[in-house]
Amino acid sequence: MFDMGINLYEVYMVAGMALVTFAIRYIMFPISGRFRFPDLFERGLRYVPPVVLTAIIVPSVLMPEGQTLNLKLSNPYLIGALAACGVGWVSKNLLLTIVVSMVVFQVAQWGLQ
Amino acid sequence: MNQPDTIDTIFPVRRSVLFLEGAKDTFPLIVGAIPFGIIFGTLAATAGISFAATMGLSIFVFAGSSQFVCVGLVAVGTAWPMIVLTTFVVNLRHLLYGATMVPFYKGLSRAWKVVLSFGLTDETFAVAVNRYTRMAGSPGNHYYNLGSMVFMYLSWNLCTLLGLTAGRAFPEISEWGLDFAMPATFIGIVLPYLVSKPMWASVVTAGVVSILSAGLPHKLGLMVAAVAGVAVGLLCERVLSKKQKTAKN
Repeated sequence: MFDMGINLYEVYMVAGMALVTFAIRYIMFPISGRFRFPDLFERGLRYVPPVVLTAIIVPSVLMPEGQTLNLKLSNPYLIGALAACGVGWVSKNLLLTIVVSMVVFQVAQWGLQ
Repeated sequence: MNQPDTIDTIFPVRRSVLFLEGAKDTFPLIVGAIPFGIIFGTLAATAGISFAATMGLSIFVFAGSSQFVCVGLVAVGTAWPMIVLTTFVVNLRHLLYGATMVPFYKGLSRAWKVVLSFGLTDETFAVAVNRYTRMAGSPGNHYYNLGSMVFMYLSWNLCTLLGLTAGRAFPEISEWGLDFAMPATFIGIVLPYLVSKPMWASVVTAGVVSILSAGLPHKLGLMVAAVAGVAVGLLCERVLSKKQKTAKN
Protein backbone atom coordinates (compact mmCIF):
# COMPACT_ATOMS: atom_id res chain seq x y z
CA MET A 1 0.00 0.00 0.00
CA PHE A 2 2.85 2.41 0.78
CA ASP A 3 5.57 3.15 -1.66
CA MET A 4 8.61 2.44 0.49
CA GLY A 5 11.02 3.65 -2.14
CA ILE A 6 13.14 6.58 -1.05
CA ASN A 7 15.35 8.30 -3.60
CA LEU A 8 18.79 9.78 -3.12
CA TYR A 9 17.45 13.33 -3.22
CA GLU A 10 15.23 12.55 -0.23
CA VAL A 11 18.03 10.78 1.67
CA TYR A 12 20.27 13.85 1.34
CA MET A 13 17.41 16.16 2.25
CA VAL A 14 16.35 14.24 5.39
CA ALA A 15 19.95 13.66 6.52
CA GLY A 16 20.89 17.30 5.91
CA MET A 17 17.85 18.63 7.74
CA ALA A 18 18.37 16.23 10.66
CA LEU A 19 22.02 17.22 10.92
CA VAL A 20 21.55 21.01 10.92
CA THR A 21 18.56 20.83 13.28
CA PHE A 22 20.38 18.67 15.82
CA ALA A 23 23.53 20.80 15.51
CA ILE A 24 21.54 23.96 16.30
CA ARG A 25 19.85 22.35 19.31
CA TYR A 26 23.04 20.79 20.72
CA ILE A 27 25.86 23.23 19.92
CA MET A 28 25.32 25.51 22.93
CA PHE A 29 26.16 22.75 25.43
CA PRO A 30 29.80 22.15 24.42
CA ILE A 31 30.50 25.87 23.78
CA SER A 32 28.44 27.30 26.63
CA GLY A 33 29.69 30.20 28.67
CA ARG A 34 32.15 31.33 26.03
CA PHE A 35 29.99 33.97 24.41
CA ARG A 36 26.63 35.69 24.46
CA PHE A 37 24.36 36.40 21.52
CA PRO A 38 23.94 40.03 20.60
CA ASP A 39 20.51 41.26 21.62
CA LEU A 40 19.71 42.21 18.01
CA PHE A 41 20.25 38.60 16.87
CA GLU A 42 17.93 37.23 19.55
CA ARG A 43 15.18 39.67 18.66
CA GLY A 44 15.63 39.04 14.94
CA LEU A 45 15.08 35.29 15.37
CA ARG A 46 11.53 35.82 16.56
CA TYR A 47 10.55 37.08 13.11
CA VAL A 48 11.97 34.12 11.19
CA PRO A 49 9.13 31.55 11.23
CA PRO A 50 6.25 33.86 10.13
CA VAL A 51 8.47 35.62 7.61
CA VAL A 52 9.67 32.41 5.91
CA LEU A 53 6.14 30.97 5.76
CA THR A 54 4.83 34.22 4.27
CA ALA A 55 7.58 34.23 1.64
CA ILE A 56 6.40 30.75 0.60
CA ILE A 57 2.64 31.49 0.65
CA VAL A 58 2.55 34.81 -1.20
CA PRO A 59 4.11 33.69 -4.52
CA SER A 60 2.15 30.41 -4.51
CA VAL A 61 -1.11 32.36 -4.08
CA LEU A 62 -0.45 35.40 -6.28
CA MET A 63 1.61 33.65 -8.96
CA PRO A 64 -0.08 30.27 -9.31
CA GLU A 65 1.20 29.82 -12.87
CA GLY A 66 4.80 30.67 -12.10
CA GLN A 67 6.18 34.03 -13.14
CA THR A 68 3.06 36.10 -13.80
CA LEU A 69 1.22 38.01 -11.10
CA ASN A 70 -2.50 37.19 -10.99
CA LEU A 71 -4.38 39.66 -8.77
CA LYS A 72 -7.75 39.09 -10.46
CA LEU A 73 -10.65 37.79 -8.41
CA SER A 74 -10.86 34.92 -10.91
CA ASN A 75 -7.75 33.47 -9.23
CA PRO A 76 -9.08 30.70 -6.93
CA TYR A 77 -5.86 30.71 -4.87
CA LEU A 78 -6.39 34.38 -4.08
CA ILE A 79 -10.04 33.79 -3.12
CA GLY A 80 -9.04 30.86 -0.90
CA ALA A 81 -6.29 32.91 0.75
CA LEU A 82 -8.68 35.78 1.49
CA ALA A 83 -11.12 33.27 3.01
CA ALA A 84 -8.33 31.75 5.13
CA CYS A 85 -7.28 35.19 6.40
CA GLY A 86 -10.88 36.09 7.24
CA VAL A 87 -11.78 32.85 8.99
CA GLY A 88 -8.42 32.62 10.77
CA TRP A 89 -8.57 36.19 12.00
CA VAL A 90 -12.06 35.84 13.42
CA SER A 91 -12.03 32.24 14.70
CA LYS A 92 -8.35 31.85 15.73
CA ASN A 93 -8.90 28.16 14.98
CA LEU A 94 -6.35 26.44 12.74
CA LEU A 95 -8.42 23.46 11.71
CA LEU A 96 -11.51 25.56 10.88
CA THR A 97 -9.35 27.98 8.88
CA ILE A 98 -7.90 25.17 6.79
CA VAL A 99 -11.17 23.34 6.16
CA VAL A 100 -13.28 26.41 5.30
CA SER A 101 -10.68 27.98 3.01
CA MET A 102 -10.09 24.67 1.20
CA VAL A 103 -13.81 24.37 0.52
CA VAL A 104 -13.93 28.01 -0.69
CA PHE A 105 -10.93 27.33 -2.94
CA GLN A 106 -12.50 24.20 -4.39
CA VAL A 107 -15.86 25.90 -5.03
CA ALA A 108 -14.09 28.88 -6.65
CA GLN A 109 -12.12 26.53 -8.89
CA TRP A 110 -15.25 24.68 -10.01
CA GLY A 111 -17.29 27.85 -10.42
CA LEU A 112 -14.63 29.59 -12.49
CA GLN A 113 -13.92 26.72 -14.86
CA MET B 1 33.84 12.62 35.69
CA ASN B 2 30.16 13.29 35.93
CA GLN B 3 28.68 13.94 39.30
CA PRO B 4 26.88 10.93 40.71
CA ASP B 5 23.19 11.44 40.12
CA THR B 6 21.70 10.96 43.57
CA ILE B 7 18.16 10.41 42.38
CA ASP B 8 19.29 7.48 40.22
CA THR B 9 20.69 5.69 43.25
CA ILE B 10 18.24 6.67 45.97
CA PHE B 11 14.74 6.94 44.54
CA PRO B 12 14.29 4.71 41.51
CA VAL B 13 10.50 4.94 41.81
CA ARG B 14 10.44 8.73 41.68
CA ARG B 15 12.07 8.68 38.26
CA SER B 16 9.00 7.24 36.61
CA VAL B 17 6.76 9.60 38.58
CA LEU B 18 8.73 12.56 37.26
CA PHE B 19 8.74 11.10 33.75
CA LEU B 20 4.94 10.78 33.77
CA GLU B 21 4.52 14.23 35.27
CA GLY B 22 6.51 15.71 32.37
CA ALA B 23 4.36 13.82 29.90
CA LYS B 24 1.18 14.99 31.64
CA ASP B 25 2.19 18.66 31.61
CA THR B 26 2.95 18.44 27.88
CA PHE B 27 -0.47 17.04 27.07
CA PRO B 28 -2.26 20.36 26.35
CA LEU B 29 0.48 21.33 23.91
CA ILE B 30 0.27 17.93 22.23
CA VAL B 31 -3.44 18.42 21.64
CA GLY B 32 -2.51 21.59 19.76
CA ALA B 33 0.14 19.75 17.73
CA ILE B 34 -2.10 16.84 16.68
CA PRO B 35 -3.74 18.59 13.69
CA PHE B 36 -0.31 19.83 12.56
CA GLY B 37 1.11 16.31 12.62
CA ILE B 38 -1.80 14.83 10.68
CA ILE B 39 -1.82 17.68 8.16
CA PHE B 40 1.94 17.32 7.74
CA GLY B 41 1.60 13.63 6.89
CA THR B 42 -1.23 14.29 4.40
CA LEU B 43 0.54 17.22 2.74
CA ALA B 44 3.83 15.34 2.41
CA ALA B 45 2.04 12.47 0.70
CA THR B 46 0.35 14.78 -1.80
CA ALA B 47 3.59 16.74 -2.42
CA GLY B 48 5.07 13.47 -3.67
CA ILE B 49 7.45 12.81 -0.78
CA SER B 50 7.85 9.05 -0.23
CA PHE B 51 6.47 7.28 2.83
CA ALA B 52 9.97 6.53 4.13
CA ALA B 53 11.20 10.10 3.70
CA THR B 54 8.09 11.58 5.36
CA MET B 55 8.49 9.33 8.41
CA GLY B 56 12.23 10.04 8.26
CA LEU B 57 11.53 13.75 8.66
CA SER B 58 9.41 13.20 11.78
CA ILE B 59 11.78 10.56 13.21
CA PHE B 60 15.13 12.26 12.61
CA VAL B 61 14.44 15.98 12.18
CA PHE B 62 11.53 16.36 14.63
CA ALA B 63 10.94 20.08 14.03
CA GLY B 64 7.42 20.93 12.89
CA SER B 65 7.73 24.28 11.14
CA SER B 66 10.81 23.29 9.14
CA GLN B 67 9.10 20.04 8.12
CA PHE B 68 6.19 22.06 6.71
CA VAL B 69 8.57 24.40 4.92
CA CYS B 70 10.34 21.35 3.48
CA VAL B 71 7.07 20.02 2.03
CA GLY B 72 6.35 23.43 0.51
CA LEU B 73 9.78 23.56 -1.10
CA VAL B 74 9.70 19.97 -2.40
CA ALA B 75 6.31 20.68 -3.99
CA VAL B 76 7.87 23.40 -6.16
CA GLY B 77 10.92 21.29 -7.03
CA THR B 78 13.62 22.91 -4.87
CA ALA B 79 17.16 21.46 -4.77
CA TRP B 80 17.97 19.68 -1.47
CA PRO B 81 20.88 21.93 -0.44
CA MET B 82 18.52 24.90 -0.58
CA ILE B 83 16.03 23.01 1.60
CA VAL B 84 18.76 22.22 4.14
CA LEU B 85 19.84 25.88 4.17
CA THR B 86 16.24 27.02 4.70
CA THR B 87 15.87 24.48 7.54
CA PHE B 88 18.94 25.98 9.15
CA VAL B 89 17.43 29.47 9.04
CA VAL B 90 13.97 28.37 10.18
CA ASN B 91 15.35 26.40 13.14
CA LEU B 92 17.96 28.93 14.19
CA ARG B 93 15.69 30.05 17.04
CA HIS B 94 16.44 26.74 18.75
CA LEU B 95 19.93 28.08 19.50
CA LEU B 96 18.28 30.21 22.16
CA TYR B 97 16.54 27.16 23.63
CA GLY B 98 19.90 25.41 23.96
CA ALA B 99 21.48 28.50 25.46
CA THR B 100 18.66 28.75 28.01
CA MET B 101 19.01 25.10 29.04
CA VAL B 102 22.81 25.17 29.51
CA PRO B 103 22.72 25.99 33.24
CA PHE B 104 19.88 23.49 33.83
CA TYR B 105 21.64 20.57 32.11
CA LYS B 106 24.93 21.24 33.89
CA GLY B 107 26.15 18.06 35.56
CA LEU B 108 24.27 15.73 33.22
CA SER B 109 26.26 13.23 31.18
CA ARG B 110 26.89 13.90 27.50
CA ALA B 111 24.41 11.16 26.53
CA TRP B 112 21.67 12.95 28.49
CA LYS B 113 22.55 16.27 26.86
CA VAL B 114 22.47 14.71 23.39
CA VAL B 115 19.09 13.08 23.97
CA LEU B 116 17.45 16.05 25.67
CA SER B 117 18.77 18.58 23.14
CA PHE B 118 17.48 16.44 20.26
CA GLY B 119 14.02 16.83 21.80
CA LEU B 120 14.15 20.60 22.36
CA THR B 121 11.05 21.37 20.31
CA ASP B 122 9.05 24.54 20.94
CA GLU B 123 6.61 22.55 23.07
CA THR B 124 9.02 20.59 25.26
CA PHE B 125 11.24 23.63 25.70
CA ALA B 126 8.28 25.64 26.99
CA VAL B 127 7.24 22.92 29.45
CA ALA B 128 10.74 22.03 30.63
CA VAL B 129 12.02 25.56 31.14
CA ASN B 130 8.96 26.30 33.25
CA ARG B 131 9.72 23.29 35.45
CA TYR B 132 13.43 24.05 35.77
CA THR B 133 12.79 27.65 36.81
CA ARG B 134 9.91 26.77 39.15
CA MET B 135 11.76 23.93 40.88
CA ALA B 136 15.34 25.05 40.47
CA GLY B 137 17.85 22.64 41.97
CA SER B 138 15.34 19.87 42.52
CA PRO B 139 17.01 16.60 41.50
CA GLY B 140 15.56 14.57 38.68
CA ASN B 141 14.15 17.41 36.60
CA HIS B 142 15.79 15.76 33.59
CA TYR B 143 13.42 12.80 33.93
CA TYR B 144 10.54 15.27 33.79
CA ASN B 145 12.09 16.81 30.65
CA LEU B 146 12.59 13.34 29.15
CA GLY B 147 8.94 12.45 29.79
CA SER B 148 7.79 15.57 28.00
CA MET B 149 10.10 14.88 25.08
CA VAL B 150 9.24 11.19 24.64
CA PHE B 151 5.50 11.87 24.79
CA MET B 152 5.83 14.71 22.25
CA TYR B 153 8.01 12.55 19.98
CA LEU B 154 5.70 9.55 19.97
CA SER B 155 2.57 11.58 19.33
CA TRP B 156 4.22 13.63 16.56
CA ASN B 157 5.30 10.46 14.77
CA LEU B 158 1.95 8.75 15.32
CA CYS B 159 0.12 11.77 13.87
CA THR B 160 2.47 11.86 10.88
CA LEU B 161 1.71 8.20 10.26
CA LEU B 162 -2.04 8.85 10.60
CA GLY B 163 -1.86 11.70 8.10
CA LEU B 164 0.15 9.60 5.66
CA THR B 165 -2.30 6.73 5.95
CA ALA B 166 -5.30 9.01 5.46
CA GLY B 167 -3.64 10.59 2.43
CA ARG B 168 -3.00 7.17 0.85
CA ALA B 169 -6.22 5.45 1.88
CA PHE B 170 -8.35 8.20 0.34
CA PRO B 171 -6.46 9.30 -2.74
CA GLU B 172 -9.52 11.28 -3.84
CA ILE B 173 -8.66 13.68 -0.99
CA SER B 174 -6.17 15.20 -3.39
CA GLU B 175 -9.03 16.33 -5.63
CA TRP B 176 -10.65 18.15 -2.75
CA GLY B 177 -8.78 21.40 -2.67
CA LEU B 178 -5.54 19.89 -1.44
CA ASP B 179 -3.71 22.10 -3.90
CA PHE B 180 -4.64 24.77 -1.48
CA ALA B 181 -4.04 22.90 1.79
CA MET B 182 -0.52 24.23 2.15
CA PRO B 183 -1.23 27.96 1.74
CA ALA B 184 -4.27 27.48 4.01
CA THR B 185 -2.16 25.81 6.71
CA PHE B 186 0.60 28.40 6.50
CA ILE B 187 -1.86 31.29 6.70
CA GLY B 188 -3.35 29.66 9.81
CA ILE B 189 0.12 29.41 11.35
CA VAL B 190 1.19 32.97 10.49
CA LEU B 191 -1.95 34.85 11.64
CA PRO B 192 -1.41 34.41 15.42
CA TYR B 193 2.02 36.06 15.05
CA LEU B 194 0.44 39.29 13.80
CA VAL B 195 -0.01 41.02 17.13
CA SER B 196 2.41 43.95 16.86
CA LYS B 197 3.29 46.66 14.34
CA PRO B 198 6.86 45.41 13.79
CA MET B 199 5.54 41.89 13.11
CA TRP B 200 3.04 43.23 10.58
CA ALA B 201 5.72 45.33 8.89
CA SER B 202 8.06 42.36 8.73
CA VAL B 203 5.48 39.94 7.30
CA VAL B 204 4.17 42.44 4.71
CA THR B 205 7.74 43.19 3.61
CA ALA B 206 8.50 39.48 3.24
CA GLY B 207 5.37 39.06 1.11
CA VAL B 208 6.17 41.97 -1.22
CA VAL B 209 9.85 41.05 -1.59
CA SER B 210 8.98 37.39 -2.25
CA ILE B 211 7.02 38.55 -5.33
CA LEU B 212 9.72 40.96 -6.50
CA SER B 213 12.45 38.33 -6.12
CA ALA B 214 10.44 35.39 -7.44
CA GLY B 215 12.58 35.23 -10.60
CA LEU B 216 15.83 34.49 -8.74
CA PRO B 217 17.33 31.02 -9.34
CA HIS B 218 17.41 28.20 -6.73
CA LYS B 219 14.50 29.71 -4.77
CA LEU B 220 16.94 32.32 -3.47
CA GLY B 221 14.04 34.76 -3.43
CA LEU B 222 12.90 33.02 -0.24
CA MET B 223 16.12 33.94 1.58
CA VAL B 224 16.08 37.49 0.22
CA ALA B 225 12.48 37.95 1.36
CA ALA B 226 13.20 36.44 4.79
CA VAL B 227 16.23 38.68 5.41
CA ALA B 228 14.33 41.77 4.23
CA GLY B 229 11.37 40.89 6.47
CA VAL B 230 13.49 40.40 9.59
CA ALA B 231 15.44 43.62 8.89
CA VAL B 232 12.27 45.71 8.50
CA GLY B 233 10.77 44.17 11.67
CA LEU B 234 13.85 45.10 13.70
CA LEU B 235 13.98 48.57 12.14
CA CYS B 236 10.34 49.13 12.98
CA GLU B 237 10.96 48.03 16.60
CA ARG B 238 13.74 50.54 16.85
CA VAL B 239 11.71 53.42 15.40
CA LEU B 240 8.80 52.65 17.74
CA SER B 241 10.98 52.49 20.86
CA LYS B 242 12.61 55.81 19.94
CA LYS B 243 9.18 57.38 19.52
CA GLN B 244 8.18 56.08 22.94
CA LYS B 245 11.28 57.57 24.52
CA THR B 246 10.70 61.00 22.98
CA ALA B 247 7.05 60.86 24.00
CA LYS B 248 8.09 60.26 27.61
CA ASN B 249 10.53 63.20 27.68
